[in-house]
This record gives sequence, structure tokens and C-alpha cells, in this order.
Amino acid sequence: MLIGNLIGVLPGLGALTAISMLLPITYTMKPVAAILMLAGIFYGSQYGGAIGAILLNLPSHPPHAVTCLDGFPMTKAGKGGTALGITMIASFFAASFGITVMLFASPALVAIAFKFGPAELFSIMLLGLLAGSTMSRGAPLKGLAMTVFGLLVGTVGTDVNSGEMRYTFGFIELSDRVELVALALGLFGIADFLMNVNRMHTVGSTMKLGYKEMRPSKAELKQAFWPMVRGTLVGTLFGAMPGTGPTITTFIAYALERKVSRTPERFGHGALEGVAAPEAASHSKTQVDFIPTMSLGIPGDAVMALILGALLVQGIQPGPQLITEHADIFWGLIASFWIGNVILIVLNVPMIGVWVKLLQVPYRFLFPSAMFFIAVGVYSTNNSLFEVGEVLVFGIIGAIFVALDFPVAPILLGYVLGPLVEENFRRAMLLARGDMTTFLQRPISAAFIGLSTALVLAQLFFAARRALRKRPAATPANPALSEPVAASED
Amino acid sequence: MRFSLHAIPKDYLASALMVLIGVGATVKGTSYNLGSLQRMGPGYFPVALGVLLSLIGIAIGVVEWLRRKPVEAGSAQKAAAHPPEWRGWICILGSTIAFIVLGHHAGFIAATLALVFISALGDRDNSLKDAFLLSIAMVVICVVVFSWALKMTFHLFPWG
Repeated sequence: MLIGNLIGVLPGLGALTAISMLLPITYTMKPVAAILMLAGIFYGSQYGGAIGAILLNLPSHPPHAVTCLDGFPMTKAGKGGTALGITMIASFFAASFGITVMLFASPALVAIAFKFGPAELFSIMLLGLLAGSTMSRGAPLKGLAMTVFGLLVGTVGTDVNSGEMRYTFGFIELSDRVELVALALGLFGIADFLMNVNRMHTVGSTMKLGYKEMRPSKAELKQAFWPMVRGTLVGTLFGAMPGTGPTITTFIAYALERKVSRTPERFGHGALEGVAAPEAASHSKTQVDFIPTMSLGIPGDAVMALILGALLVQGIQPGPQLITEHADIFWGLIASFWIGNVILIVLNVPMIGVWVKLLQVPYRFLFPSAMFFIAVGVYSTNNSLFEVGEVLVFGIIGAIFVALDFPVAPILLGYVLGPLVEENFRRAMLLARGDMTTFLQRPISAAFIGLSTALVLAQLFFAARRALRKRPAATPANPALSEPVAASED
Repeated sequence: MRFSLHAIPKDYLASALMVLIGVGATVKGTSYNLGSLQRMGPGYFPVALGVLLSLIGIAIGVVEWLRRKPVEAGSAQKAAAHPPEWRGWICILGSTIAFIVLGHHAGFIAATLALVFISALGDRDNSLKDAFLLSIAMVVICVVVFSWALKMTFHLFPWG
């Protein structure tokens, strides 16, 4: 957890990098401990990200970009400590709420989930993949392309049904699938360094922060209370929807806060509400995100995909059976999430000065050290140097994709879900004797397909509307094709 | 790769790359048993994905083409945000390759030393001395944490 906090504070290393770097260590742990650690890293890095955003105007990962808008002006006005304090309270409140929702929603979801056959599972995964690829940052088409690429990467290795080697190009090491850690570290570690080397310059800051500065006054607490609640609700709502990224959630929470505020002009100049709401949203979303991951086995975003991958390595198949068969794991997890959040607060109050210092470690020392941890971490997954080569290859691929404005996170989602999608598609087809309409004939499955269609249509609609507004004179040749263009421009 | 290809809009390259990967996957995929929709062979799903990816790739290209057409005349290509960073790239890639090669033949101490030293040199602000000190520090961590504390199995020396 501490490590997560540390990595989260460091600019440029997001939760994804942190989790993938520590993934190998969890392989030797007991399942609950492993998930706990990963979740801890996740919370930690999320919280750490807020510190960087507020104090230095450096969002270490995108969801915190919104926090910068008002957090950094607060720091400039000498209220950075208060902003951090509010962030902490807001995230704790939101996480507690999210955990409560999880407590009640999961068993209900499981009751439904037991009715799921291969067709339903395929449909809901389709929805998740579509949502994940079109609602992340960047052009929807490109997100979709990356998802399909991820699915393809997921097919590398031995085919479960026939035992045939696919896309291994003669490498015996590849018959056991592409290593998850190597893929993640290549895409989010090495690719990142390739893009940022000699381009990152750490901003110095001489901040002194103590406990006193962090305690918000009563008036400030009151001011932040409703934004916090609203942010939490936004986060919960979006967390329940598979595939909506945390960045979108925080932006919506911020926008909502500005809408309901009686003094919207203060936003962007250090409004406390502008810090509390998005931070609360991102934390409650994180919690609620675990619901589909644990009860259906369908991760909402790339981070959840990593955690799902870690569970699979542990021999635990998340899904409706998890809660009935491994009840201890499930409830242990929920309890520990809350404890984790408490510990995080306890740790952070005295440590804050240390984090601020760490922010000043220059990138030129940071990235070679991280390179080393990546290399050793990947090696340790299988005690083989072949995986180090895999990291390198995916690093290069990732850097090329990023240079071409592709979002890389959907690759991971596709990779983790790939085998499940294929397996369930095959089974559904087998059961339905090759009749594709089975996905529409079964009511639950049809509902998911309907949602997927609605999602695509909504994208087309918004894009077409935007295109029309932009060029009132010209008639768009085909709204379907102008769609990603409009979306890519924001 | 776009660095020598600046004149071409990014999205055309993106499109071409996706089509390339898609077609490649399809061609390779057809060498596996396809099977039927009811009883899918190992090749069915990959081929479907490959075709899908190619189509998406084409769509990206078409969208870009539609978008650019109206402004063809005055379309100023956005200048690349950053100049190519050959030194950083070569050092990062080279250091990883060095790690693999040395890890095979010369043990982990040499491999770690090379990895950190070479990648540190990728950053222009690092002097030889800085890079060397950093790599020594990492070797110490490697030995103490990974070999001694976590008991990871690797050879520290070629003869270890």
C-alpha cells in the first residue's frame, strides 16, 4: 500500500504502472493478501495522484487532471493543505459509500448472474468491450481498434479446445499465452519512458506541510459536504456501468458541481467544491467498479482488468461462483477494502511531507531505476528472460500506438477478456447449433445487445450533431463515418 | 516511424498499421483449422478478429479522408509536438537488450549494471558519473532485496 502511494505520487507513473510493476510479487502470495495489496496500491496511487495534482499541478494520471483545475490555484493561494485534507475526507467518505453499495448490490447481482449462460456472458462482455473502447479518451474508432488488437493478443498461445498453437511463430514460450505482466509493463512502462525521455522536467517546490494545515475548518467542511455527496453518487452510478473510465467520471462530477453552484465563476480559481466532488467521484467509482469485476468476472477498465488477471493467476475465476464458493475471499476483500482506506488516511497524514519531497526526485534518476524494476519484475514472473523480450516488444508497439494517438488501455481490457469472449462465443454457438440469433432470443442477452446498440447509436448521434453544428452549410456525407472525427476533437 | 513520414497525416499511418496487422492476423489465422460456425476451429475467432481489425483500419482512413477534404487547401499539418529523441530511444531499447544478453551469459550483476547505466545515459541531463552511481545503487538493491531478501532464483555471477 505504501509502495502504491509512493508510486502514485511520482509524476508520470500511474496506477496501471504501479500495479503491473508489483503484480509479479503477488504471485507468491495468498489470494486475499494479493488482491489486498493490489487494491492498496490502487488506492494509494490514486490518492498519491491527487497530491501531485494539487501541489504541483502535475496530474500523474488522467482522472486527476480535473483536480488540478481548482486544487493548484488553492495551493497558490496558500490553501494546498486544506485541499489535501478535503481530498482525503472526500475519498474516504466516497470509498465507504462505495463499499456499502458493493455489500448490498453484489449478492443481488449474483442472483441474476446465475441465470447467465454463454450467450449472456458473451453479450455482456461485448457491451463491456464496446463501452471500454468508445468511452475512453480519444477517438472511439481508435479505441475499438485497440480493443480488437487486445483480443488478438489474447488469442496467442495454445487453443484450449484443440491444443493447436496460434500465433506463436515458433516460440515455445508463447504457447502459454502472452505474459500479462509483460504486456502491461511494456504498454504502460517502457512505452511511457520512450515517449517521455528528455521531455519530463520536474518542477521544484518548496512546500512545507503539516497536520495543522491539512485540517479544514468547519465552514470549509460544510462547503465541501454536498459536493462530496454529489460526487460520490456520480461515481457510484458510473462505476456500475462497465467500461466508463474514471477520467470521464471525474469530469462529469466537476461539470455537475459547476452547474449547481451559485457562484460558478469561482471554479478554476481554487473552488473547494471543484476538488471535493471529482475526488469523491473517482474513489466511489473505484469501489463500485469491483462489483462487476468480482461478481461477473467482467472488468470495467484497464486497472480492473489487471486485478482480474491477477485473480486468474491465483486460480480464482471471478464470477457468480466466487461469492458462493470462495465466500471467505469475497467478504474478506470487502472488509479489507474498508480497512485499507482507514490505513491509507492514517499513513498519509504524517507522511505527506515525505511525499512532497519525493515529488522532487528528478525523472533522470527515476526512469532508469524503474527500468530495472520492470526488468526484474517481469523476469521473476516465470524466471525467464524471454518475458523481458516481450516487454521490450510491447513497449515499442505501445510507443508507436501512442505516437499515432491510439489509447492503449483498451488493449489490456481486450487481452484479459479475449479468451473468455472466445470461449463463451464458441459455447453459445455450439448450444445454438450455429444460430446467431440466439443472442437476441434470450431476454437477458438481448437486453445487453440492445444496450450495446444504443451505445453505438448514441455515439453516432452526438457525433453527427456536433458535425452538423460545426459545418452548418455542408451536409455530412455519412454521419456514421464522421462520428469519430467529431469525438476526437474534444 | 512517423518521424520520417511527417508529411503523411497521422491517421493515415494509423489506418495503414491497423490494416496491416489485421490482414497479417487473417492470413496467418487461415492456416489454422477454421471449422464451422457451429463447431468453431482454432482459426475461426482469430480470423474474425483480423477481418474486423482491417475494416476498422479502413474506417479510420476513410474518416480522416472525409475530414480533411473540405480544408485541403489550407490544411497546415500540425507540427510534431516533439522532435525525435533517438538517444533516449536507443538507450532504453539497448539497455533492455543488454539486460537480456548479459542476463543469459554474465549473471545479474552485470546485467543490472548495464541496464541502469545505459538507460540512465538516455537522459541528456545525466553525466557518466551520475549514471554509474545510480547503477551501482541499483545493483545493491538487486542483491539485497531480490537475491537476499526475496530469494529470487537467478545467477548473480556467470559462475554462480
